[in-house]
Amino acid sequence: MQDLTEPILELVRLAATDLPPDVEKSLRIAVEQEEPGSAARSALETILKNVEISRANSTPICQDTGTPIFYVHYPEGWSTRKLRAQIESAVATATQKAYLRPNSVDSLSGKNTGDNLGGAHFPTIHFEEIDGDALTIDLMLKGGGCENVGAQYSLPDSKIGAGRDLAGVRKVALDAVHQAQGYGCAPGILGVAIGGDRGSSYLASKETLFRKLDEPSPNPELAALEERLTGEANQLGIGPMGFGGKTTVLGTKITSLNRLPASYFVTVSYMCWAYRRRRMTWEGGQVRYE
Amino acid sequence: MRELTIPLSDEAIRSLKVGDPVLLSGVMLTGRDAAHKWMVETFIKKTRPPQGDDLEVYQAIQPLLEAGAIYHCGPVVAGLDTRQYRFVAAGPTTSTREEPFQGDVMRHFKVKGVIGKGGMGAKTLTACQEVPGVYLHAVGGAASLIAQTVRRVLGVHKLDFGVPEAMWVIEVKDFPAVVTMDAHGLSQHAVIEQRSKEKLNELLATEY
Repeated sequence: MQDLTEPILELVRLAATDLPPDVEKSLRIAVEQEEPGSAARSALETILKNVEISRANSTPICQDTGTPIFYVHYPEGWSTRKLRAQIESAVATATQKAYLRPNSVDSLSGKNTGDNLGGAHFPTIHFEEIDGDALTIDLMLKGGGCENVGAQYSLPDSKIGAGRDLAGVRKVALDAVHQAQGYGCAPGILGVAIGGDRGSSYLASKETLFRKLDEPSPNPELAALEERLTGEANQLGIGPMGFGGKTTVLGTKITSLNRLPASYFVTVSYMCWAYRRRRMTWEGGQVRYE
Repeated sequence: MRELTIPLSDEAIRSLKVGDPVLLSGVMLTGRDAAHKWMVETFIKKTRPPQGDDLEVYQAIQPLLEAGAIYHCGPVVAGLDTRQYRFVAAGPTTSTREEPFQGDVMRHFKVKGVIGKGGMGAKTLTACQEVPGVYLHAVGGAASLIAQTVRRVLGVHKLDFGVPEAMWVIEVKDFPAVVTMDAHGLSQHAVIEQRSKEKLNELLATEY
């Protein structure tokens, strides 16, 4: 089996230091919409300048390089045990090279492991066997600030007046954006999962964030709600960093899962503007990144 | 753009208003969750006796914090093996987690500048009026850019808290931030919270 440690290290470097083009483009559109001289505009200008510096110098866009979340889709014949070891080795090296901050803390002792490894869940790695010959690894770095403002609602929610339908989903998603204020480094991106159990719903709300900003849900009803939520969230006036302004979220991604008759969860994962996600594809002995 | 130099004078602090952009220069200290908990438990509430190098660290940080600034930041640091430390990425972390501690820390050490992101609550705002102090909002995620304003790393305390949680002594030049809570009782965050709440209620009242 091919050793992918080096290509994975490059994937980590790319994710941590080079903001994906769709996100940068969206930020460049946003900055033009904010009032000249406003704190909102100045924050977005600083953000864009920082994106350029990070790319040029290969330094982390944000110091909180978050939880590295890997999704590996592999053709038959690969060893997930070996792939895990290679991913872990790449993560430890990336930490040494200061592409990643040591972020793995023992919850009981408070000790930082120093190398971003620790237990079976740090980093987070999901494996799925697929047809075909190409192996892909998607990586998302999700920081703690935005992770902390994620929310899960169990509908009906009488306080918000949200029932078990898309109208209810809309209401709780807007509530989540209000709760988040600027804490999650607005402008954010909303990953919304409807249904599932508590665990699968949180997972799906993150997975849907792997979709590109200009890639709406294939379900027309959800695609319409995505667009509406982005527009309405931006009417809240929270703005970049919570300074006030027109750009509170850059986009919304919604997915749905089957649920139990008794449950109707809506989970909102909030991604900060430093929307770090990259993919590597390994095919025919060649690697490519997007 | 207002230029501010540490140590911060009461006069300079009182002259700042919500919305003022500032460039901060001088020596300051990073400190976040573990540091704030440690300071409050060991030296302010004294619910935990000093141990290890606690007293030594207190002596070292006290003069830095007096009329100084504390930065809510867990940096990415290069040179850990050689101790030739260099900040590689150093944006602010979410400040609200320090809300239970910040006011007490400000009063105890006479901290006049609290730097972070997301803003803080009523207890800190009260301390800003009393000490006097201001909350300076840095741009969250602008880590490479802010790291370039860190000219030198002068030292580190409590590295056993881990790299992000340690207290790093840094010299900054033209560190960019915006005043979002001032010494006159005004908080931009409270204003935005309220305004966005009204808009939210309006949106929730409209039919799907």
